Amino acid sequence: MLAPVDLKFGPTRLPERHFFLARDHNTLRFFPRNRSESPAAGPVPGLFDFPCALFVFHGTGMFCEKAIELIRELHRMSDGQLPAFNEDGLRQVLQEMEALYDQNQSDVNEAKAEGRSDLIASIKLRHCCLLRNQRCVTAYLYDRLLRIRALRWEYGSVLPANVRFHMCAEEVQWFSQYKKSLASFMRSLGGGEGLDITQDMKPPKSLYIEVRCLKDHGEFEIDDGTVILLKKNSQHFLPRWKCEQLIRQGVLEHVMS
Amino acid sequence: QADDLIPSHLGKKTMSDALSDDGSDVHQDETQEEVMTPAELIGKLEEAWLNEKFSPELLENKSEVVECAMEQLSHMEENLQRVKKGDMKASVHRMEIDRIRFVLSSYLRARLQKIEKFFPHVLEREKSRGEGDPSLLSPEEFAFAKEYYANTETYLKAIALKRMPPNLQAVDMLKAVPEPCLDSFVFLRVKERQENIMVEPESDDQREYVVDLEEGSQHLMRYRAVAPLVSSGAVQLI
Repeated sequence: MLAPVDLKFGPTRLPERHFFLARDHNTLRFFPRNRSESPAAGPVPGLFDFPCALFVFHGTGMFCEKAIELIRELHRMSDGQLPAFNEDGLRQVLQEMEALYDQNQSDVNEAKAEGRSDLIASIKLRHCCLLRNQRCVTAYLYDRLLRIRALRWEYGSVLPANVRFHMCAEEVQWFSQYKKSLASFMRSLGGGEGLDITQDMKPPKSLYIEVRCLKDHGEFEIDDGTVILLKKNSQHFLPRWKCEQLIRQGVLEHVMS
Repeated sequence: QADDLIPSHLGKKTMSDALSDDGSDVHQDETQEEVMTPAELIGKLEEAWLNEKFSPELLENKSEVVECAMEQLSHMEENLQRVKKGDMKASVHRMEIDRIRFVLSSYLRARLQKIEKFFPHVLEREKSRGEGDPSLLSPEEFAFAKEYYANTETYLKAIALKRMPPNLQAVDMLKAVPEPCLDSFVFLRVKERQENIMVEPESDDQREYVVDLEEGSQHLMRYRAVAPLVSSGAVQLI
């Protein structure tokens, strides 16, 4: 079970909900409905409690739209699959953040230089959008890491090519570091004797299991000295502990009746 | 019965024996001297396993139990090698070894999953514990947790944070990563009678009240109310 996307990731404050739009000189600016109201300092909301009431005309659409799209992409794949890394989407969000920040910088300077306190509202809104974007981006990246982490436990330390293809270079690096840490942890267990805890994932239920051979594997000796010939498509009733490794490698298949 | 599988020369096992090479009497003041039969050891392992599985937060590490259990397993494996091939006993012993190894692996996995899930909080708890307090993480787990933190932080910085505006390049992991929910409900069985356990009200029109937990009784309660009893061993999570 992977962690759901509604991570409380990143600090955020509820923005002022009561903006109205008006023309000021030749630009659209945001004015608080009641100027004496201070920003609502509500509790940290879950990602999807946010009342997307950013009904803001920005020319091309709402702020933080692209960031939400990234989250939705992951939310759609609720079974833990890893979609391709959305390089474009990430870049667009970062660009939006840069633009918002630059606009804020100039507004802040103008507000200070010319005492334009009417700019404060828009500065605050852009700042909220910046925080929102940061939070969405980090949630997107972190949730992907959780999915990638799960892959180590499911597939082992070598990932199938189609999965690796969906990871960006930095994620591959993270994965490589993660499996190193895990390996060194497992090696150090029991005073250095080591224990592979990625094995024994299920409680041992039966001593013997029915297996089918998926490919030719030659001779195979079991504990009591008997030698079995593992020929493709042959079926055998073998001790479970002997087969685990071969099942993982895809040589044998557990036949459940 | 695990007793059957243990080589006769081991007999009763002490914790300190497991940690020293030759099994001779170790300085009693240095290690916790606890005499246990193998069956007791497995019992302790199973208790630690169940508690860790059902507790919402990471519990104290039981590395002595882990080490003893691993030693037990290797003795049993050795013995198994010496059993005559084709002997019926071998498969039953093999099953027992697999069972114990499963419980041990599952226990360590449960801990690792919680360490990863709550990594900044776990490291913070370990950092801020008092001198005499038992440690939350084993040395290996501590190393793993630190590496996990560093790896994740490095990744986030490289891929996105360093490309963000200057005032947004840091993420406070303690705030960003959720904490374990200590108010989740847990099933428990009482091992040692407890009196006057405070229960918080569920709704506004209730008031807090106290309950006595009778030995052997089973309850469904919020973890927060019984957390200290879990670590003292007075209750067992089920």
